[in-house]
Amino acid sequence: MSAIDDLFQKLRQEKRKALMPFVTAGDPDLDFTAAVLQELAARGAAMCELGIPYSDPIADGPVIQASYTRALGNKIKLEQIMSMLGRVTPQLSAPVVSMVSYAIIYRKGLEAYCDEAQNRGLAGLIVPDLPVEEAATLSKICAQRDLSLIQLVTPTTPRDRALRICETSTGFVYYVSIAGITGERTELPPELADNVSWLREQTKLPICIGFGISKPEHVKLLAPAADGLIVGSAIVRRVAQAGELPREKVLADIGEYVASLIAALD
Amino acid sequence: MSIDASAPTTTDKTAASASVPDKQGRYGDFGGRYVPETLVKALDQLAVEYEKAKQDTAFQAELDVLLRDFVGRPSPLYHAKRLSEQCGGAQIYFKREDLNHTGAHKINNTIGQCLLTMRMGKSRVIAETGAGQHGVATATACAHFGLPCVVYMGEEDIRRQKPNVFSMKLLGAEVRPVSSGSRTLRDAINEAMRDWMASVDDTHYILGSVVGPHPFPQIVRDFQSVIGRETIEQSRSRKDSIGLGRLPDVVVACVGGGSNAAGMFYPFVPHAEVEMLGVEAGGRSNQPGDHASPLTFGQPGVLHGSFSYVMQDEDGQTSDVHSMSAGLDYPGVGPEHSYWKDSGRVKYTSCDDAAAMKAFDACAAVEGIMPALESSHAVAAAMDLAKQRSKDETIVVCLSGRGDKDAMEIARLKGVDFG
Repeated sequence: MSAIDDLFQKLRQEKRKALMPFVTAGDPDLDFTAAVLQELAARGAAMCELGIPYSDPIADGPVIQASYTRALGNKIKLEQIMSMLGRVTPQLSAPVVSMVSYAIIYRKGLEAYCDEAQNRGLAGLIVPDLPVEEAATLSKICAQRDLSLIQLVTPTTPRDRALRICETSTGFVYYVSIAGITGERTELPPELADNVSWLREQTKLPICIGFGISKPEHVKLLAPAADGLIVGSAIVRRVAQAGELPREKVLADIGEYVASLIAALD
Repeated sequence: MSIDASAPTTTDKTAASASVPDKQGRYGDFGGRYVPETLVKALDQLAVEYEKAKQDTAFQAELDVLLRDFVGRPSPLYHAKRLSEQCGGAQIYFKREDLNHTGAHKINNTIGQCLLTMRMGKSRVIAETGAGQHGVATATACAHFGLPCVVYMGEEDIRRQKPNVFSMKLLGAEVRPVSSGSRTLRDAINEAMRDWMASVDDTHYILGSVVGPHPFPQIVRDFQSVIGRETIEQSRSRKDSIGLGRLPDVVVACVGGGSNAAGMFYPFVPHAEVEMLGVEAGGRSNQPGDHASPLTFGQPGVLHGSFSYVMQDEDGQTSDVHSMSAGLDYPGVGPEHSYWKDSGRVKYTSCDDAAAMKAFDACAAVEGIMPALESSHAVAAAMDLAKQRSKDETIVVCLSGRGDKDAMEIARLKGVDFG
């Protein structure tokens, strides 16, 4: 059981939905990331997703790419990110999962990465470039620790394959709303809610929807179909202002934005 | 260190098999498919369609006719007599891929993949390019078949390869500049993958090298293997020059992503008596960031959907690399090369910018052939090797492309100002 399992058990009992904001580690520096995580949790985010900057993020749109480039430009290292997490996670009411490329996990060593993740208080991993066929070893290692390995289902995933992914995913299933990269979208596909409803009938695992979600209207529309919603680029775009604007102002802006999405959940 | 990527298989360190990859796209430990879930369906479809096409004699016949009449195959096997004499050792032969339509080996693959595109019922093509040769070859094939084509190209490469950029536009392709990261081939691949994430229903991504997720390394290798098959045939059948009438003693090819090398080497894998040498870009020096030699200086890791040797820092971030030749300026390499390296079937070395430039000059001066800067790396290594071998030994170099595209860059490197 990871902290994610506990969280959704509780949320389901209380008939509540989760909002999971995403923030890039080290953009523009780790002190600010720590402050953002605390702000997000204080505003009622049920979980937080921490993006580990990667040099070649294929699944990410321009906003998250640029945040990774900024963080790596400041020579951010994995060790510093983990050490920040070690300080911050004990104070957070919301569990944190890392969004991390398999290139980084492999280089660190699968067991070493997972040990570190657990010691620093992470609840799980989302590995966007590790499809189910390649995930067996990491899956086993996560299961031996209290880490969820959250896998993704997309609009291009055939239904029989989606079932296989649900069998191996732990914590929740990340349902990608659109065939494409991360980034805010004005419109979401009309068939999205139906597809998620179908998946909900097939699995007991919680389902969270991500990619393209940025507006309270999106949240209102999708919350009934899912257990949780994930918002990335819209937050990262706000974080990016920390380069120019006073940090308290940026934090307050992020906090208010997230609060407006959370208000739209119920 | 362990090089177990995920599902543990063991690379046999003593022999390489030609029956790779397996169904998971593994070459020993290497290869596989490390991509976003969104792309898996398209890759599965591609793998299935490709297997069918391989068995389809009509597909093969159509490809063969195009390779003959449109590409101009077979490309000649040429005895570089004066260059051999200058080296004073083994006889050097060039497999003249530079004489193909569009001036490089890249077209062998793009014609094949365009046929696959139409077979899959897809109506749009995207591609990445480094030196611009793959971009031109893709634009050419797309023009031939009437397919709309978008080519992603790093801004740094656009600067270095202006003539090819212009050619692509003349051929009707849209060239989209990529300004992220190092603004070279690696970033162009990222951007093409991102396009494909959103366009996967109607678009085929014609990857230009033996890199990327399964089944790309296999498909590109197979389409390029015409180089090695012809070389075997031509070596055996011709007796008009010293040493031929049998297989060569050594074959040499440059390795960036490694497509011309894979095409040359793969058919030779079962011929244990033939030595093989892959030549990476040594750049300015052996220091990190100064070269593009992952097989020589890198270690196994994940890049662009495949597990292979790669230049990375201790966190798994891809390192910036350097080569004067845009086509070799890539931090990764095809997984089958990693497999061949670890099995010892192919030896890999690196050749620096200066040595490659010297080989270019020698080749232009005594053979009347300007090789591409990429191919010049292979020529340099072959000249070095020839000096150590006897006169009755033969070395075949894959002359993967012509050097016209590099004229402006060579002028810049030599400090020539056209005013």
